[in-house]
Amino acid sequence: MLTTTRDWVAVCAADALAPEGVLRFDHGERTFVIIRSPEGEYFAIDGHCSHEKVHLVGGIVDGHIIECPKHFGSFDYRTGEARTLPACIDLQSYEARVNDGTLFIKI
Amino acid sequence: MVIVGAGEAGTAAAIVLRERGWRGRLVLIGNETMLPYERPPLSKAILVEEREPGPKLLVTPERLAELGIHYLQGRSVEWIDRATHTLKLSDGSLLAYERLLLATGARPRNLSIPFDAGSRVATLRTYADALAIRQMIRRGGEVVVVGGGFIGLEVAASAVSRGASVTVVEAGHRLLTRAVPPPMAELIRTKHERLGVRIETGAVVERIDAKERRSKVVLADGRTHLADLVLVGVGVVPNVELAETAGLVIDNGIALDETLASSDPHIFAAGDCCSFPHSLYGERIRLEAWRNARRQGTVAATNMLGMRRPYEDVPWFWSDQYDETLQIAGLRREEDVPVARNLGAKGQIFFYLAADGRLVAACGFGSLDAIAKQIRFAEMMIGRRLAPNADALADPTINLKSLLV
Repeated sequence: MLTTTRDWVAVCAADALAPEGVLRFDHGERTFVIIRSPEGEYFAIDGHCSHEKVHLVGGIVDGHIIECPKHFGSFDYRTGEARTLPACIDLQSYEARVNDGTLFIKI
Repeated sequence: MVIVGAGEAGTAAAIVLRERGWRGRLVLIGNETMLPYERPPLSKAILVEEREPGPKLLVTPERLAELGIHYLQGRSVEWIDRATHTLKLSDGSLLAYERLLLATGARPRNLSIPFDAGSRVATLRTYADALAIRQMIRRGGEVVVVGGGFIGLEVAASAVSRGASVTVVEAGHRLLTRAVPPPMAELIRTKHERLGVRIETGAVVERIDAKERRSKVVLADGRTHLADLVLVGVGVVPNVELAETAGLVIDNGIALDETLASSDPHIFAAGDCCSFPHSLYGERIRLEAWRNARRQGTVAATNMLGMRRPYEDVPWFWSDQYDETLQIAGLRREEDVPVARNLGAKGQIFFYLAADGRLVAACGFGSLDAIAKQIRFAEMMIGRRLAPNADALADPTINLKSLLV
């Protein structure tokens, strides 16, 4: 069972996040942004933009890109890859999976 | 390719020229003796942080080397000879150009009143300015900010958070007269006053005297304020002298066409120093804003390589005030009709509709998470010249994205 695997952490009910929805998830000292793609898949990357410490949860999602709400650096949220300046450092991406109606990410 | 000015616009242009395939010589000239850096933190993090922070660099030396950008720091340009495509630098050397970008920025406007040389009066534009100002802000000290615009209010917020006693004196009848609609300016004023900043509007400074290593700010009505630091933030003046001497057309900045070319097709400009016709507003505008500088640098670089891309970005501004953010998309005119969207404790947004119903501006103040997305969708609507339903704009339960189609 995924729930007993140490690395997988429960985030929320999977249907709490609509397609193109964005969610902030804090775990201990760490913070993540969870994105549901227009196709309905779930993705997780580091929460703070790699340019300045701005949380990406306030940014818009366009296709597979999430944009920083402050300086408009952007990332491919499927991989964490930085796509637009001023962001030039990639973010870490994390596996996401739905099990029994609950969304988990592997961190 | 030669770029004069290593701020946000010039540096962005240099990087983009390489990324878009320019393989020839590429020279970036900066008049400060340091690597290109970001200016927005100068009024915020640089003043506030516990330990003195270094500049936030726009590009590392390794990246400059990797891109083959020849960066000449601590130098200015004395003249441009357009007939021979030559520049003369302050170190006496001559430099040839094929295409030239002027990204000379703007400088703080000085007060047109007398002040003693010994008085602690400062303006803020450069990293060196910010470090000097940082030194003059201390717990229990007195700071007087002249001018209730973005720079003044950001420094006021930073200084009060460092424990200084802060007074803002503004000659106009309210804060942020140029950029921000009155109800929003009122919210920002309330926020500052609640955190201990004293704000005096209609307060005209008559002169500033030096007094025992402090300044005495004398107002026209006779009142005085003693200060350890007088920060003057009364706007900026575009740096057009180089372009003017070279015979380029000047009109509230270096006058450009919509592709950011000057009256000489080999010379482009970008950022605070230039004015350009904007198709959304049907008139020539000049912007003093971080994102505009960056985006214009990008478009100018593309056009220096022979493209004819018009610059059509929706004007966008932002300012941090304490833990809240102000974001403005578009430009508002007096006659535009306001529509308020109340986000409760999270903030407030005002939309502005033109007579034909078209959305022309949106202004939000509150938590970044609450307002940024909405201002971004508003920006898209403005860019697409949409006329959204006013009731829908006013209803905070309606996702603005749904109005985009």
